[in-house]
Amino acid sequence: MKKNYDIVIIGGGPAGLAAAVAAYDNGVKDILILEREERLGGILNQCIHNGFGLTRFKESLSGPEYAARFIDEVQKRQIEVCTQTTVLALSKEKQVTVINSAQGVFTVQAKSVVLAMGCRERSRGALNVAGSRPAGIYSAGTAQKYVNIKGYLPGKRVVILGSGDIGLIMARRMTLEGAKVLAVCEIMPYSSGLKRNIAQCLDDFGIPLYLSHTITKIEGEKRVTGVVVSKVDENKRPIAGTEMHFDCDTVLFSVGLIPENELTKMAGIELSPKTRGAVVYQNRETDTDGVFACGNVLQVHDLVDFVSEEAEIAGKAAAQYVLNGAKVREEISVNTGNNISYVLPQKIDRNAGGQVKLFFRVTNTFKNCTITATSGGEVIAKRKKRIAVPGEMETLLLTEKTLAGINDEIVVSLEVDE
Amino acid sequence: MFDVIVIGGGVVGGLILRELTKYHLNVCLLEKASDVSMGASKANSGIVHAGFDATPNSNKAKFNVLGNEMMEKVTGELGVKFRRNGSLVVAFSAEEIETLKELKARGEQNGVSGLEIISQERLREMEKNISDEALGALYAPTGGIVCPYELTIAAIGNAMDNGAKLETEFEVVKIVKNEECFVLSSSKGKTIEGKIVINAAGLQSGKIAALAGDSGIEIKGRKGEYILLDRESGDFVSHTLFFTPTKLGKGILVTQTEDGNILLGPTAEELENAGTDTSAQGLAFVIEKARKMCKNPPLFNTITSFAGVRAYSSKGDFIIEESKTVKGLIHCAGIESPGLTAAPAIAKFVVETLVGGSLRLIKNENFNGARTPDYFFKNLSTEEKNAIIARDPSYGKIVCRCEQITEGEILRAIRANPPARDIDGVKRRTRSGMGRCQGGFCQPYIAELIAKERGVSLEQVTKCGDGSELIMGVTK
Repeated sequence: MKKNYDIVIIGGGPAGLAAAVAAYDNGVKDILILEREERLGGILNQCIHNGFGLTRFKESLSGPEYAARFIDEVQKRQIEVCTQTTVLALSKEKQVTVINSAQGVFTVQAKSVVLAMGCRERSRGALNVAGSRPAGIYSAGTAQKYVNIKGYLPGKRVVILGSGDIGLIMARRMTLEGAKVLAVCEIMPYSSGLKRNIAQCLDDFGIPLYLSHTITKIEGEKRVTGVVVSKVDENKRPIAGTEMHFDCDTVLFSVGLIPENELTKMAGIELSPKTRGAVVYQNRETDTDGVFACGNVLQVHDLVDFVSEEAEIAGKAAAQYVLNGAKVREEISVNTGNNISYVLPQKIDRNAGGQVKLFFRVTNTFKNCTITATSGGEVIAKRKKRIAVPGEMETLLLTEKTLAGINDEIVVSLEVDE
Repeated sequence: MFDVIVIGGGVVGGLILRELTKYHLNVCLLEKASDVSMGASKANSGIVHAGFDATPNSNKAKFNVLGNEMMEKVTGELGVKFRRNGSLVVAFSAEEIETLKELKARGEQNGVSGLEIISQERLREMEKNISDEALGALYAPTGGIVCPYELTIAAIGNAMDNGAKLETEFEVVKIVKNEECFVLSSSKGKTIEGKIVINAAGLQSGKIAALAGDSGIEIKGRKGEYILLDRESGDFVSHTLFFTPTKLGKGILVTQTEDGNILLGPTAEELENAGTDTSAQGLAFVIEKARKMCKNPPLFNTITSFAGVRAYSSKGDFIIEESKTVKGLIHCAGIESPGLTAAPAIAKFVVETLVGGSLRLIKNENFNGARTPDYFFKNLSTEEKNAIIARDPSYGKIVCRCEQITEGEILRAIRANPPARDIDGVKRRTRSGMGRCQGGFCQPYIAELIAKERGVSLEQVTKCGDGSELIMGVTK
């Protein structure tokens, strides 16, 4: 490892890999990928189910297969990779302090940094679920690691809280391995998982999904022995008298993903409270010149295909920054209007030229609705939807021509059709 | 035969054990759980109290003030983190301001130095997030914070390094006293003999006394529920904030922990069974009180909630004495708050005065009270880190990413006295799994390290002793 690099990419998962390839192909060869695990690929390595790559490669790949395609590209370009190396600190001046067994603690100076650290699962603790704290309580991803990487079954009678995609995938996976999944409980009146996962992972196996239900108590001294599940009202408060009891030995939590932005914060980069990721321009540049963010550290994506797409934007922009330096920007802000929980990018630089795709999520399930982007009272883009759900990311395309004609902030909103 | 047997591996038993190894004595500690520090010392507020609260001339008052003064030395020797962050007892009414004056006078009578009643203005300067309703406070600069299990584990580890023996999973079910000694039997049929028995069994100290034939100790339990916030919110408060005690109780506290988190709690619920379940009502109470004390507590940064137990005696004071009916049996019972603070002073008194009353104490010249920690690796300088990594590359490998804990620290926790044998044991010794992901990423890795070091299969690795195995079989 050298002391200076043009681009340092933090994270060797799908985002970091795609960013590295894009940066290289846009003219910068002096790149370092830092990965804390033993091998590249990130969380894809434990996602042995298929369905990855349908958008990008028009075929259904497993997680490791999808990762391998990008790892091959990285290796072909002989991009330097440092595994089992954890980044301890990042400064605004783009100094990256790392630790590993071979070289100890040392600092690398980058001209540009791409943040691609991914996300982590929310834990049981964050929810304040009452009851005991025995063995048998896992996040869905931890259970996935035990099953798919280590070859062990964490439990035999399982209740899952949260119907995010990892929870749904694990409901099927545990069932296939001989466990009995008694219930999937979701506090919201809708699932945040993909529709195809509800069909393929629950319905096909007869696993009941309890919407507007949550776990109100965990029982068991040494090992989980049961849970109490209650229906909740519209304010997500448990309704007395609706308690159901399940005898189980395992509880899996799949209750949301949180971008891992500790390094971003350390560097003093502005974060959005809505995405819990950095505030970025359309090229995924943060408020710190030359620092870019992409993938789940920026916004939690539904599909890895979209992570790769976003990482390519960031990788290309990082290369351009190294080659051309910082730009003078003409900034338009992008904000959320009615029924939109977040929108990204939060800022558009009009000087950059080209079209901009806005990514956002809606706040609830809506039928027969219209999503619009407006600026200065004018509708600049619009899309009608038969159904819009928070579990599926929405997009709107702003063409170069549209962007040239506006001067005011852009607001994205959703209205239900009359 | 042992000279002294200590029953109970909490902070009191642990510091007594260490104190005993300063002399030429053959000593042993018995703990019923699979690890030490599993009772009240596992989960409490971690406050080093100044000493204004206890009734003058009580054991609580005496040992609190002495223990507080001893805390720098004992934590310094043991390499345990301790800081005098100062305590504030906050008043919300004119009546409560009057109570503060009484508390101050009582504290001064107990020998607490530096007590001061401060104005609303000064309180707001000291704590930017204090409630607008707060009118003033009693400031006690000698109040501090320490981690109770860190202190307990370090004390027992240091005692073991100096020759003490530890028996875990030794639940005393029978005590027979013959002419020469006590014979203690465990639930698993083991026996052990000792000339003196120290009863530091926490919630079980009434039962232990009764087993030895002393029916005079009555102990009850109280449960306290807590909420812990991410270190990211660690600067939300800097002092330990108490409500002014009223007839209805002390309320909760809001404090920084020595590890930089924010701790809210505890509730005080009479204990019906031995469990440490949290309840929706209990946690809601903690939140309600935290919102009364401070503006907008950052509850979105909650990383876990838990409950702890504390034992209290019907006498309302610590019982620290030789049994009136069974000679050679020394009680340290009913050690509720401020027991953590008092523990070093209790240990000194018990050994020098009570044990010394029966056995001749000869100084152990080989005693080494220092315990060199490397488990705050994160806090070392780059040069210090690199020197350690050069010697042992496992310190270059981060296992717990949230708390930045290395493989080297985890291996040390499994190998060093008292050895960690399960996931929670490693967690208490290293902080791995205590961060915001709560072990989601590192637990499988730590389980493998435990399995390898202990020469067992992954299926045998537990969270917290037998019956808490992590996994239930292999995949198809």
